[in-house]
Amino acid sequence: MMKKFLASALSAAMLLGLLAGCGGGSTSTPGSTSTPDASSADGGSGAENVIKIGVFEPFTGDSASGGNKEYLGMQYANSVTPTVEVGGVEYTVELVPSDNGSTTDKAMTAASQLVSEGVSMVLGSYGSGVSIAAGPTFGSAGIPAIGVTCTNPNVTAGNDYYFRICFLDPFQGTVLANFAMDKFDAQVAYCLGETGNEYDQGLISYFEQAFTAAGGQVIKAFYPTNNSDFNSYLTQAQQAGADVIFTPVSIAYATQIISQAASLGVDIPILGSDTLDDNKVLEAAKDTDIQLYVSTFYQEGGNPEFDEGFKEYINTADGALEANGGNDTISAVSAMGYDAYNVALEAIKAAGSVDPAAIKAALWDVTYDGVSGHIAFDDVNGDAVRDTAYIKHSTNDGVSWELETVQTVS
Amino acid sequence: MIQEKKSKKGAAAGLILAAVLLILVVVLENLSALLGNAVPSFLLPTSQLFVVLKKGAVYSLVAVSMNLLNGFTGLFSLGQAGFMLLGAYTYAILTVPMSAKETVYYLYGGSAVPFSLPDLFGGADTPSGLILGVALAILLGGCVAALFAFLIGLPVLRLKSDYLAIATLGFAEIIRAVFQWQPLGPITNGANMITQIPTFNNFNITDANGTVILRLSTFFPFLVAILCIAIIVMLINSSYGRAFKAIREDEIAAEAMGINLAKHKMLSFCISSFFAGVGGALFAMFVNNAQAKVYTSTMTYEILLIVVIGGIGSISGSCIATFLYVACSEWWLRFLDNTMQFSSPSAPERTTFIVVFAVVVVLAAALLIWRERRGRGVFWKQALVALLAVALLAWITWFALSGQTKVPLLRTGFRMVVFSVIIMIVVLFFRRGMLGDKELTDILFSRRKAVGKEAAQ
Amino acid sequence: MELLISTLLFGISVGGQYALIAIGYTMVYGILRLINFAHGDVFMVAGLIGIYSTSLLTALLSNIMGAEAAAMAAVPLSLLLVLVLTVALGFCIERVAYKPLRSAPRMSVMISAIGVSYLLQNTATYITAAQPTNYPPLPFLGDTVEIAGTSIKWVVLVTPFLVLALVIVLTQLINHTKIGMAMRAVAKDFETSQLMGIKINSVISMTFVIGSALAAVGSMLYFTTYPTIVPTSGAMPGLKAFVAAVFGGIGSIPGAVIGAFLIGICENFVKILPFEGATTFVDAFTFALLIIILVFKPTGLFGEKATDKV
Repeated sequence: MMKKFLASALSAAMLLGLLAGCGGGSTSTPGSTSTPDASSADGGSGAENVIKIGVFEPFTGDSASGGNKEYLGMQYANSVTPTVEVGGVEYTVELVPSDNGSTTDKAMTAASQLVSEGVSMVLGSYGSGVSIAAGPTFGSAGIPAIGVTCTNPNVTAGNDYYFRICFLDPFQGTVLANFAMDKFDAQVAYCLGETGNEYDQGLISYFEQAFTAAGGQVIKAFYPTNNSDFNSYLTQAQQAGADVIFTPVSIAYATQIISQAASLGVDIPILGSDTLDDNKVLEAAKDTDIQLYVSTFYQEGGNPEFDEGFKEYINTADGALEANGGNDTISAVSAMGYDAYNVALEAIKAAGSVDPAAIKAALWDVTYDGVSGHIAFDDVNGDAVRDTAYIKHSTNDGVSWELETVQTVS
Repeated sequence: MIQEKKSKKGAAAGLILAAVLLILVVVLENLSALLGNAVPSFLLPTSQLFVVLKKGAVYSLVAVSMNLLNGFTGLFSLGQAGFMLLGAYTYAILTVPMSAKETVYYLYGGSAVPFSLPDLFGGADTPSGLILGVALAILLGGCVAALFAFLIGLPVLRLKSDYLAIATLGFAEIIRAVFQWQPLGPITNGANMITQIPTFNNFNITDANGTVILRLSTFFPFLVAILCIAIIVMLINSSYGRAFKAIREDEIAAEAMGINLAKHKMLSFCISSFFAGVGGALFAMFVNNAQAKVYTSTMTYEILLIVVIGGIGSISGSCIATFLYVACSEWWLRFLDNTMQFSSPSAPERTTFIVVFAVVVVLAAALLIWRERRGRGVFWKQALVALLAVALLAWITWFALSGQTKVPLLRTGFRMVVFSVIIMIVVLFFRRGMLGDKELTDILFSRRKAVGKEAAQ
Repeated sequence: MELLISTLLFGISVGGQYALIAIGYTMVYGILRLINFAHGDVFMVAGLIGIYSTSLLTALLSNIMGAEAAAMAAVPLSLLLVLVLTVALGFCIERVAYKPLRSAPRMSVMISAIGVSYLLQNTATYITAAQPTNYPPLPFLGDTVEIAGTSIKWVVLVTPFLVLALVIVLTQLINHTKIGMAMRAVAKDFETSQLMGIKINSVISMTFVIGSALAAVGSMLYFTTYPTIVPTSGAMPGLKAFVAAVFGGIGSIPGAVIGAFLIGICENFVKILPFEGATTFVDAFTFALLIIILVFKPTGLFGEKATDKV
């Protein structure tokens, strides 16, 4: 018994040692891909003029691929503009990443991790569910957050502290429904989403609303989490005589669906949402006859200067190529991450202070011309005023998209 | 006679410990308000410490409820996440404020539940609405979980060991699917999470301007968890508890002694599920939402892990293990997810890192070698641990001498790798868990007794 | 009709893949009474090894020979490598994580299995940087063929036959070789067989070797059909296979195989049931089926009746 007690005491001591290790490690710089300048700039982290911006992203779990790419855009923006002038004093911007693991129960602890680090504002997250779950934590700490690509209406509704720079699902669902009608004369749409995923379900129901309002018919199917067999669903879609398949799902599922559709020889066009704008998806569609269309925030070539600089960053920065999924195709989420960082800097400049409350007050009036278009916030929820979505299709060469059309909804 | 004395002493000690804990939590949380900014940063209200404490309180209740079933009754059930889900959803459905129903159930045009418990008692802003509404919702969460446990228990409790485990695991999965089913959307909000429910933060007492004057957000989960655990402990020390233990030791013998197996198993199953449901409701409060996707078998495994690490059949073991587990995974190891770059080879942080690393390696190795001082094949185990420790020390020495400023390997995901390695080490070297089937109080008292004996001699 | 045929074909194929994993579960359980939770993750790791070894070998070999020939040669070599490394992994897991706990309470061993499963998943997340990775297309197996109006990969058609062949070999091994006899003896009575001079440790290691080898073959078939691998890819097939093993009566190899085929076919038919949200219940249905079977036949379809010893 004595030995048990001693053992527990010793193990507690060991863990306390680790705690101390945590204290010792307080000089950590963000992320795996910090450039040499960023880290040397951080060398003076003991110095006083540092403003911390939290990065709330999924680095593990289902949405990790998107989270990494979004963060990459922010890191690039950080390497381009590493400082900000606040009230005449130059501050170094430090990005503090926190991994929300793509799940709503870890989102809360990841968010409070950022709060405890004393960040002035937060960017993120990729994925709406985690953003909704973390909203109250940022709200009660009085820290403003800018949603980068979380498109669900509930992220900002009822939360004063959450802003966002992307379009919303009602808009995106309508755009895609209109596109399906215009381009393919679609009468029957087969919608496939993940059970229990806020994002999929929301988007599908907005798509359904718009599509049935225009006289179409919708068949919905949901697969359970961790499912990998989509053959039955795809065959079912074929049998039902669907004109389009609408599948706004996470990247890992999208790659499965596309490669299985290819081997089944599905010749129905597949429509996806912004999540499918990812080079892993392109890779899966490589050398197949799949017709894949996605709606998104940015199309490569929209801003050549950004494209060039960002590609160079991906190819040179430590670990960036790996985080981008192995090649230098630019994802729209990276462009959005880049814009979000710059919007954050604009807000800090406008506030003239590093105080979260001041930044939040200043955010309402911030406008910024980013690589993904003009960004301004509405007065109701702090949503971006956006009326354009890019629709592009895969060229099936494994690395590139081609712009199909730019859709607007009045 | 001795047994009784011991348990009385234990009860008194437990009571004192609980009271001290509660006071400590309130003081800790309000220290920054009392002393201003003089407190160290980990005591600020935004600190990760309080997140860990809250989650620890919630999880320790669930862990203890699982221990009641697996450790004290010997029923191997893996349905805990399912019962937590029931509790969480019951709580969330009943407490969404009327004003928020439209936004929360936005896909279904409002909720089919035309009332909200806190609103019935005057709204979540008033003390009565908050305390009565929330308490009632939590209680109902537990009751719903217990009711389902009863229904599930009727067919499956006849099954033995692993078959029972897989059947309960299956029921948890079925419950999850039902709650994600679209046609139930007006009640369960389909797959979407139910948000805007009263959380722990609502228990902070604010003045007219909305400034917090007394923080009780950590106190509340502790209070509920301690109350529930106290009830479980009393149950275990009652005649029912002795019957449970008899069933654990030997079902046939227990039956021969006149214990009604079916009745006692069902009782244990329902009570355990009740507290898992209460834990689920608290968990929903902790994460600010209820979503079925979260309550997977992974969560059950996590809790089982905690129970076994703490010691099967030890309440205090479960509690201690919970806090260590939560703190380790959510707080202490988080720095491993980020690259660590020191400004120069002579930076004081770098020295601290090296020293701490070396100390941790030496301490851990010493502990492990000392644990394995008896039994067969000990030499090889000790040699292996020593070898690993020496290798790690050699690396840190090299790192110290080479003047490198960047710690290798650290990037996203490394935290979980290290965490799983720590778990494996604990599992392999602490076979019966940290406390075995002893309680903390037993260990403390027996130690004092031993000391007393020595003094007498 | 076409829908029914293709559903049946896919059901049989996925059932066969579950069967290969389920055998690993059932054999380990039969001998150690241990639910080897890490088995599904071993399966996932086998898939990852396949990806990394193919790309590595292609790069290596293209230095020696032409790129075309390298790609041709890399695949069979990497499959061999997958088999060897997976077997080594299974063996090591048993030696490091289970063997030291042989005298510990059963729950501890199972926790050790859960710990290994955590470790494998988290390490996979770390190594792949949490990006989904695509399995390389295998020659022939990955090609498509037109059957009953739907195009189907060869692997779907080959799987059931391959599985049956492997099961026959395995049953021969267990019924007619010395090590097979030792396995049966150990499964029957652990202590007594030890007294009879059976080297328990080598028998157990052999069980893990066979289980891992079958999981490796299963991973090749499975990931050719469903080519995306994420760190949790092994969790669902693992759980399904385990359910299949329990369904058929855990400890019984024919039971596991039949259970796996049944579950594979049933789950595919549930997906096309014509009521709203039927697809939500795919996994739930599997478990419901299991519970019904267990309630009526508490030890599964082919399980031996457990007798209580006083």
